[in-house]
Amino acid sequence: MRVNGRELPDAVDARLLLSDHLRHGLGLTGTHVGCEHGVCGCCTVLLDGRPVRSCLMLAVQARGHEVTTVEALAEDGSPLHPVQQAFHECHGLQCGFCTPGFLMVTTAFLRDHPDPSDAEIEEAISGNLCRCTGYAGIRRSVRRAAELRRRPKQ
Amino acid sequence: MKPAPFAYHAPTTVAEAVSLLGSLEDAKVLAGGQSLIPLLNFRLARPAHLVDINQLQELGQVYERDGGLAIGAIVRQADLESHPLAADRCPLLPLALRLVAHPVIRNRGTVCGSLAHADPAAELCATLLALDGRVVARSTRGVREIAAADLFRGPMDSALEPDELLTEAWFPRGGGKVAIAEETRRHGDFAMAGVVRAGDRLVLFGVAPRPLLADPADPTRGLEPSADPECSPEFRLHLVEVMVERVMSA
Repeated sequence: MRVNGRELPDAVDARLLLSDHLRHGLGLTGTHVGCEHGVCGCCTVLLDGRPVRSCLMLAVQARGHEVTTVEALAEDGSPLHPVQQAFHECHGLQCGFCTPGFLMVTTAFLRDHPDPSDAEIEEAISGNLCRCTGYAGIRRSVRRAAELRRRPKQ
Repeated sequence: MKPAPFAYHAPTTVAEAVSLLGSLEDAKVLAGGQSLIPLLNFRLARPAHLVDINQLQELGQVYERDGGLAIGAIVRQADLESHPLAADRCPLLPLALRLVAHPVIRNRGTVCGSLAHADPAAELCATLLALDGRVVARSTRGVREIAAADLFRGPMDSALEPDELLTEAWFPRGGGKVAIAEETRRHGDFAMAGVVRAGDRLVLFGVAPRPLLADPADPTRGLEPSADPECSPEFRLHLVEVMVERVMSA
C-alpha cells in the first residue's frame, strides 16, 4: 500500500485493523484511536482521497490503495497546513485527541466544498466527536481554513 | 488485535466468491464493513472466514433495469447519493441515503450491505420495502430474487442463506409522492423512529424488529415498540404519529 506517498510493505495479519497497522506497524501515531467502532472519528484517514474510518477497515484492504494520514499535512519544521493553521488560530482544539480526525475530514471537505455554508460545515464534521471544545471553535476553524485555502499564495 | 482470528479471502470474481461461500463453514461476507467490523472489533461476531467482496468490480455498477435502478453489491452509499441516475430514476433513494449515519461512513458503507445486515432501524431497508423493491441472491445453487417483503425477518436476520451473496438491489422508481422522516437523539444516530412514504405505501422503521408496512389511516395499529433508556414506547408511538402526518402531507 502507499501511505503518504511512500510505497510500504503491507504483509500483515489479516485481522489487523488499518488504524492499528498505521500506529503500531508503521509508527504513524498521529492517527488516534478512540472508540474503535466507528463512532468517534478520531482515526479518520483519507483512502484514495476520501475520508474513512481506519478502525473500520482491515489493513489488508488498503493493499493497492493510497492512504493519507495527518502526518502528510505538513512536514516537520515546515509551515502548518492551512487547515492546521486555522485550528491553531481559532482554538479548534484543547486536548487534541480528536484533532487528527477533524483535520482529515476538513481537508477533504474543503477540497470538495471550497466555499461551504454553515449547514454544510455542520454536516461535514457531524461524524467527529470532540469532548472539549463544544464545537464552536471547530466550526470557526473550518470557516477560517476555507478562507486561508482561497487566499492566493504569496 | 481486536477481531478474533479468521481466514481472509479476497476473491476477484463473483463465481469465485459464491464458490467460497458454498464451500466454507461459518463464512461472513465483508462489503463496506461499517456494521460488520464493529461487530468483529467487539467480538460479537467471530466468523471463521471472511469473504471480502470489495474487489468484485463486476458488482460496482449502477444501471437502469425494469423501470427501476439496479445497484451492485460494492456500490458505496456516498457514490449512489451523488449519482445522477439516483435523483432522476429513484428520487427517494438520495433522500434516504442522506440520513444514513455520517458522510464519512457513507464513503465506505454499501447499499447492499445495509440491506443484508437487516438492521430494523436502517433507512435503506425501510426504503426498499416502501418501494416494493427486490434483491438478487446468488449461490452455487443458482440465482434467485427476494422481494423486500420476504427479505427482512427480524433484527439483523434476513432471508439470505449462509451460502448466498446479495449481488444486487433493485429499487423501483415509485409512483406518487415520496418522503422520509426520522427522529434521532444525535445527528447520524440510528432512528428512535422513522417513516418512509412511497405514494400510498407507508413503512415504519426503528419501532419493530423489522421495517413494517403500515396503514396511513391508522399507522400505529398493533404496534408495540420496545423501550430503551433513550426512548419510551409511548414516545416512539407519538413520533410515528407526528412523522406520518408530515410525510403524508408532503
